[in-house]
Amino acid sequence: MEHLQILIVLIPLLCAPICVLLPGGRLPWALATLAAWTTLVLALLLLGRIESEGVLSYALGNWAPPIGIEYRLDYANGLVQLLLATVASVVLPYSYRSARREIDNDRQPGFYAALMLLFAGLMGITATGDAFNVFVFLEISSLSTYALLALGRDRRALTSAFRYLIMGTVGATFFLIGVGLLYAMTGTLNMADLAERLPAVAGTRTMDTAVAFLVVGICLKLALFPLHLWLPNAYTYAPSAVTAMVAAISTKVMVYVLIRFLYTVLGADYSFGQLPLAQVLMVLAVIGMLTASAVALNQPNAKRLLAYSSIAQVGYMVLGLSLASTLGLTASLLHMFNHGLIKGALFLALGCVFFRVGSTDVERLRGLGRAMPWTMAAFVAGGLSLIGVPLTVGFVSKWYLVLAALDQGWWALVIAILISSLLSVAYIWRLVEIAYFQPSPSRDITREAPLALLIPTWILVLANFWFGIDTRLTVGVAEQAAAALLGVGP
Amino acid sequence: MFELAFPPAFILIIGALLIALARPGMRPVIVLAAPLLTAYAIWQLPDGVLLTAPFLGYQIELVEASTLRRLFATIFALMALVGGLFGLKQAKWYELAAGYAYAAGAIGVSFAGDLITMFLFWEFMALFSTVVVWCGGTVAAKRAGVRYALMHLIGGIILKIGIEGTMIHTGSIEITALALDNFDSWMILIGVLINAAAPPFCAWLADAYPEGSPFGTVFLSAFTTKTSVLALMLLFPGQSVLIWVGLYMVFYGIIWALLENDIRRILAYSIVNQVGFMVCGVGIGTEMALNGVAAHAFAHIIYKALLLMSAGAVMYQTGRRKCTDLGGLYQSMPVTAVCGIIGALAISSFPFTSGFISKSLISSAAAYEHLTWVWYALTAASAGVFLHAGIKFPWYVFFQKDSGLRPADPPWNMQAAMIIFAAACIVLGCFPNLLYQYLPYAVSYEPYTAEHLLTQFQLLLFSGLAFFVMLPLMKRTLTISLDYDWFYRIAMVRGARAILQLWTWLLGRAEALWAHAGAPVAARLKGWHLPDGLLARTWPTGSMTVWVVVILVAVVVLGQR
Repeated sequence: MEHLQILIVLIPLLCAPICVLLPGGRLPWALATLAAWTTLVLALLLLGRIESEGVLSYALGNWAPPIGIEYRLDYANGLVQLLLATVASVVLPYSYRSARREIDNDRQPGFYAALMLLFAGLMGITATGDAFNVFVFLEISSLSTYALLALGRDRRALTSAFRYLIMGTVGATFFLIGVGLLYAMTGTLNMADLAERLPAVAGTRTMDTAVAFLVVGICLKLALFPLHLWLPNAYTYAPSAVTAMVAAISTKVMVYVLIRFLYTVLGADYSFGQLPLAQVLMVLAVIGMLTASAVALNQPNAKRLLAYSSIAQVGYMVLGLSLASTLGLTASLLHMFNHGLIKGALFLALGCVFFRVGSTDVERLRGLGRAMPWTMAAFVAGGLSLIGVPLTVGFVSKWYLVLAALDQGWWALVIAILISSLLSVAYIWRLVEIAYFQPSPSRDITREAPLALLIPTWILVLANFWFGIDTRLTVGVAEQAAAALLGVGP
Repeated sequence: MFELAFPPAFILIIGALLIALARPGMRPVIVLAAPLLTAYAIWQLPDGVLLTAPFLGYQIELVEASTLRRLFATIFALMALVGGLFGLKQAKWYELAAGYAYAAGAIGVSFAGDLITMFLFWEFMALFSTVVVWCGGTVAAKRAGVRYALMHLIGGIILKIGIEGTMIHTGSIEITALALDNFDSWMILIGVLINAAAPPFCAWLADAYPEGSPFGTVFLSAFTTKTSVLALMLLFPGQSVLIWVGLYMVFYGIIWALLENDIRRILAYSIVNQVGFMVCGVGIGTEMALNGVAAHAFAHIIYKALLLMSAGAVMYQTGRRKCTDLGGLYQSMPVTAVCGIIGALAISSFPFTSGFISKSLISSAAAYEHLTWVWYALTAASAGVFLHAGIKFPWYVFFQKDSGLRPADPPWNMQAAMIIFAAACIVLGCFPNLLYQYLPYAVSYEPYTAEHLLTQFQLLLFSGLAFFVMLPLMKRTLTISLDYDWFYRIAMVRGARAILQLWTWLLGRAEALWAHAGAPVAARLKGWHLPDGLLARTWPTGSMTVWVVVILVAVVVLGQR
């Protein structure tokens, strides 16, 4: 049982080379799907263990921390692991039909291997309690992302993947510099150990610089405005399944890393009390929320539109954590989980559109409400969740975010959240209007997407409603995680 | 007792789902059975909090019953039943499903034990009522639906902020009478009032409701405004500001209805007018006034639905909806005409109709509280109601000149729906205790006194006389009707026009200012956000890196102490 913590990373990691060795066809896909489903079971088991045993610690190779690498699991990363496993378990079954349409046959084993590497990397980032280990897994996930993004049929996929490679490397390097400086100051890489030793050296110029590098590096990877410029193209031209996977979980994991470093490693007192990080993050988050939503309004491509919406939503998450309160942190963690479900569902629905129409240009959505009723209904349901209509997950996270802002009397933030929500109504409405109220340009030859795509899409859509109605799991876990991160809980 | 506390709203939601999924043959059965089952469930609920559920870290009270809540839920279920019967075969299946979901939202609000539950069902209603407006199927309906949705979105946001503020600042989400001494409860009040079509948000109602289909409008007339009346009764009884809000609505409805030519818009304005009576009653806030509000809401839903059904039947049979295009229909549509007239009499509080026994409770409550001006205003308004809805509607549709149209009465189910509600109007009017015994407080009021009857007959007689004396005048002007207190009314209209002109002028000034100063800035901002604008462009890596450095330097510099 105690090996679960490492297995959840190892299983996808080991699947990757096996996928390459397997002959093309169904086998690599079947293996990857099986691996994803296994991790989902593991994630649930682990969450149950956290509930009964508290924080879980696992010494890699039996080398006791802080010398050896420690895997450390509490509610915060337990929740993220659950999100990762859920999204992967849904996207992988989906990717079979989708990838066969969008990716050359001889590249299929490589595709699943890269997908598994990405998944293992992100799992590793959340599982580990070691700062340098985070960097290692960050590189694993990033490198596989670059490869996956470049698989898109559109030739612009190559340049956008290359741009992301440059920017991602800059981000990772900054992160590494930050971690290096922390190591130089404290002589340890274990997060818990760092947290104990840092107060002694807090306030030195080296430390401040280390934090600056860390925060900027992480924010680049999580696409905080104005460090988001790599994201729209990367999402737009990648294969559908990849976009769904990356959009649903990659940036969320980086938000988790930001929370982990600011709250656990550096401590809220230092990051928000002594350093002006709250102000910097809050300002950027608010500008990002508003401006990215406004940009989304007029995008000619639906995937690109949602990519900008993701940047705005990252703003919500960063805003929540910058409030440095239990409520704010709860909102941030909740939105991390919820937005993963929302964007996963929306991008999967667009993947169905791409499967039949061959494009996600907004103009090509015309009349699809009639031609692809289930696909577009899924899109509308996901859109409602994005807007934050009651009984969807979007409502739950915005509810907590507004509560957190009201709690500290930040009226301006409440208004910014509302304006951004109204903008999201506008850009979702634009797509709905085109799909439902404008006649299709030619005679209807478009058929509904196959069930192999629709079922996974609808599973995520229903998850949006399920976790919007039964909030016990998500809110409960997020609240306890927030309390623990702030050191006020058990 | 748990199985008995199954939320009635869920029964109707399941009904709506089944309507959507069932084969066409089964649909009428579900349409009729679902509201009946719901009504049965409503009457099985004992008083008190009956069902709670964990949500957002609170234990929310999904079902809390009381006499008042049960009364509102009953009329909502009844309304769904008769509305469903009215559109049994003629309405589209998705329209019926959306209408039932909408009604379910209203019943959910009726039994909501806390602010969160109320808000959830509130938004549920907004969502499905928008769909009902869209079911009108025309371009105008689509546009009106978008405006309607936007209005309710804003109202919902305001309500949500009020509720969240109350949660944060008091820690309680209970539905109890709130004091208007803090920002949060004002936000809740405004959010609720927007749904009641209170000033300055009166316009959405007459904008959206008439654009629904003949069947959709019947549903629309009943739920949204009356749930907010209930919410006002539970949250803000006796807040005197509501008296003035209510009076404004009363006269707003009359004036605009008199100026209007479209029959369904006339009736939509008269919803604002009637809800004004109720809001005013909530503002008076005594037990008698609140009884009056509850009774009036009950009676109003019935006769307003009746009027809209008769207008809908006319529209369904002729395809026309303007007073000037109609007339003389009593010859070929006798059932519709008789039902329409009964509805018109009821809305005018004609003795022996339901309006007589309910509205007089509110105005008498004003008299008992010595709110003399309020009483005068309400009485004058009663005459105005008789003019705009009581006479104008039936006169222009069923009598007047002969338009040459000879449509038959509508199909049997539409007739049956009208007859049921027409009968209800008269039965309630003749036997007021049928309704009085279910009011929230004990009633000691006797509507049928000689004095009351005499006053009411005089009022009706003189305003009726005025209408017909002035008829030649009205024929020429077509839309502006004049009556015995026409000096007063002309002045009101002129005043309203002057205000309108001032408003237009102000808007014009604002527009000029905007064009001069705001527009260039906005254009620049918009340009940045367009697909090839500054913020949406694809950037070369070099520029991206510059931003990284800028942010890094900013963090380092800001971090210096």
